[in-house]
Amino acid sequence: MRWNNFNKLKIQPIWFFVLILIVFFSSTSEYFFEFSNFKNIFIQTSTIGLIALGLTFVMINGNIDLSVGSMVALSASITIGLQGYGLGFSIFAALLAGVLFGALNGIIVWKTGVDSFIVTLGAMIGIRGVVFIYTEEQSFYALDFAFSDFGSSSLLGIPSLVLIFLFFSWLMHFILSRTIHGRNMLAIGGSRTASLNAGMKIGRHLMINFMICGFLAALAGITLSSQMGASTPNLGRDFELWAITAVVLGGTHLKGGSGSIIGTLGGVIAIGVLRNGMNLLHIPSFYVLVILGVILISVIYFDSLMKNKMELSQ
Amino acid sequence: MSNPNLILSISNITKKFPPSVVALSDVSLDIYRGEVHAIVGENGAGKSTLMKVIAGVHKPTSGTINYEGNDVVLSNPIIAKKMGILLIHQELSLVEEMTVAENIFIGEYPTKMHGLVDYKLLYKKADEIIKKLKCNFSSKDKVSYLSIAQKQMVEISRALVMKPKVIIFDEPTASLTDTEKFVLMDLINTLKTEGVAIVYISHRMDEIFTLSDRISVLRDGEHRKTVNTQDTDIDEVIQLMIGRELNLDHIERNNKYDKTVIELKNLTQKNVFKDISFSVKQGEILGMYGLIGAGRTEVAEAIFGIRKIDSGEIYINDQLADINSSEKAVKNGIALVPEDRKEQGLVLEMSCKENLTLSILQTIGNFGFLNHDLEKTLMLEYKDLLSIKMADINDKISTLSGGNQQKIIIGKWLVTNPKLLILDEPTRGIDIGSKAEIHNLIRKLANEGYAILVISSEMPEVISLSDRVLVLRDGRISGEFSGRDITEEDLALTI
Repeated sequence: MRWNNFNKLKIQPIWFFVLILIVFFSSTSEYFFEFSNFKNIFIQTSTIGLIALGLTFVMINGNIDLSVGSMVALSASITIGLQGYGLGFSIFAALLAGVLFGALNGIIVWKTGVDSFIVTLGAMIGIRGVVFIYTEEQSFYALDFAFSDFGSSSLLGIPSLVLIFLFFSWLMHFILSRTIHGRNMLAIGGSRTASLNAGMKIGRHLMINFMICGFLAALAGITLSSQMGASTPNLGRDFELWAITAVVLGGTHLKGGSGSIIGTLGGVIAIGVLRNGMNLLHIPSFYVLVILGVILISVIYFDSLMKNKMELSQ
Repeated sequence: MSNPNLILSISNITKKFPPSVVALSDVSLDIYRGEVHAIVGENGAGKSTLMKVIAGVHKPTSGTINYEGNDVVLSNPIIAKKMGILLIHQELSLVEEMTVAENIFIGEYPTKMHGLVDYKLLYKKADEIIKKLKCNFSSKDKVSYLSIAQKQMVEISRALVMKPKVIIFDEPTASLTDTEKFVLMDLINTLKTEGVAIVYISHRMDEIFTLSDRISVLRDGEHRKTVNTQDTDIDEVIQLMIGRELNLDHIERNNKYDKTVIELKNLTQKNVFKDISFSVKQGEILGMYGLIGAGRTEVAEAIFGIRKIDSGEIYINDQLADINSSEKAVKNGIALVPEDRKEQGLVLEMSCKENLTLSILQTIGNFGFLNHDLEKTLMLEYKDLLSIKMADINDKISTLSGGNQQKIIIGKWLVTNPKLLILDEPTRGIDIGSKAEIHNLIRKLANEGYAILVISSEMPEVISLSDRVLVLRDGRISGEFSGRDITEEDLALTI
């Protein structure tokens, strides 16, 4: 019964977990519950966060995009590699690359019907290769200090990178809950056949989501490189795994059909808080990985347990 | 335990699903060897729950089960199976990528020395079984190539291997056509003479009355009555089920529309259907009857643009139409209520409202944005219009009964204002009370000027509903009947 109410409010269970974490770390570390620390958490999570936003859409469709980590590296390398033509141009080129590779993923999945896991696994390997070819295995450094300054700048006390992340979270939430595209992606993920039978243009929706995902991965590459003032060809390794973890923690189903940006936000913040808090408690980062793995499995198990109970009571 | 033929006796079984659902309340039943015991009741009456209790899937909240003279606890299906109680599911549970024989003997393959599978023996044993069932496929066929009906026969073969003493059939004929049904009924009668107890759940009264020895009626989780089939009639059973009289009479066409909405000329898809020509007029209900595999659903899919045709033409309002996608079909005013409600018609994760507006979002939205207010208004309007029973329009559609789900799918198309409404098996798996309601609704829609094509494998449904009936056999039209004097014999002779 209580569970039903949670669902009506569309509060994902992950937020209760976030709350528990905050209470726990506040009581165990004196440095945790401070504005500056929360700022840190948000800055640290904004990169994975942007990727997770795009991935949420792709996963709601029932697809997956494993190429986002490689896309981060490509975008960062393009942004700094082309800085000679002006930052405006290089940033535009990086975003365009993200959108185009997203479109390529989408069109292959759409037209060939090959599983997106395979298509984007190929893209993940292939794009990483492109990065190494383009950079000749070199790291690039930003020459324009304005670029790296932006990475640490603030507006009204809130870091710019965090503002960008929050803006896109809002925008994605809006698209999902208020537009026809949003409703249709949920329908397609929920039942592809029923959506086809309703006269929907399925391929177009799939492709748009891959493009959005590519765009946001590229944007994450740009913000990350501005934070570091540099790019390396190995940037973004494992990012796809972190982002998928966040999205799944946030309640998006791997088979598609359900999911929300608020949930993904919760998943991203849960990971951020956990890493930050354990860091403050001086727990070595390898343990953090072990604990995160355990938590991922238990949260999903808990979720399916509750869902089964609900279905039985209906 | 006075009667030696008593094999299974359940007493005072209650099953509650927390927090507040009482699926079964104080049900007691006796099942005898060599009898066909039919269990009837409307959807939600507790039939499936009762069967799952007997088969060990659900543990009863209270009550006892006595099997062959001993009180037993059936804590899981494997225990029940070992004792000889077998449930044949409504939903098929076969491994699609394996052969028929592999599926039949799954988990207990005959082995040679060293634990290798003895495939020669496996196929030989499987052949014996499917021969006994008069199946028209080979034990070496891959299951994914079989039709639903054939798959069902595989499922039954699998059950027979275990030499069960009690077999529970849950809606076994839901996807079978009449000839296949006869094969199944033959089989059930054979099993019966061999002393197996058969528990038979079905919505179809004709089957129940030809097959069963006794009928137990459930209503709202309670056991109403068990009657000897000889001493009762359909009316009494239905009355026990729903507590009211039921009208399944032919409803007359009551309109004077005459315009041809759609005309098919020599529609052909190689090896599927050939030279299909017919037309449907405004206000008319055309029934399409035939065996599964005769091409009925396939013709519907071709009209709806989701199946490619090799030759032939479709005219909409006397205009040649090129329909090669569902999107174009919708634009041409064609609507399809598909055969498999849950898989093809609904998005189960979504709410009632969201399912209703699935195909009209583009039209009612503003520049790509959803129009929540209009969606709500539409849902409330259609809720009244189609008398859909739901607690809240934002409830998940999976919480509705089959009949109400079907009404929402029909409503989903009515909002698009179609000219032709194709309904493929519109009342499959829907209880008898809602069935009549859906039939009345279909007639009402025809009288409002929709052209309607109804595909059904239930003879009484086709006959009571249609103004005209086409019979399909092996992908060709083998007969056409019209007027109100169509008889079951007419149809049976042409399929």
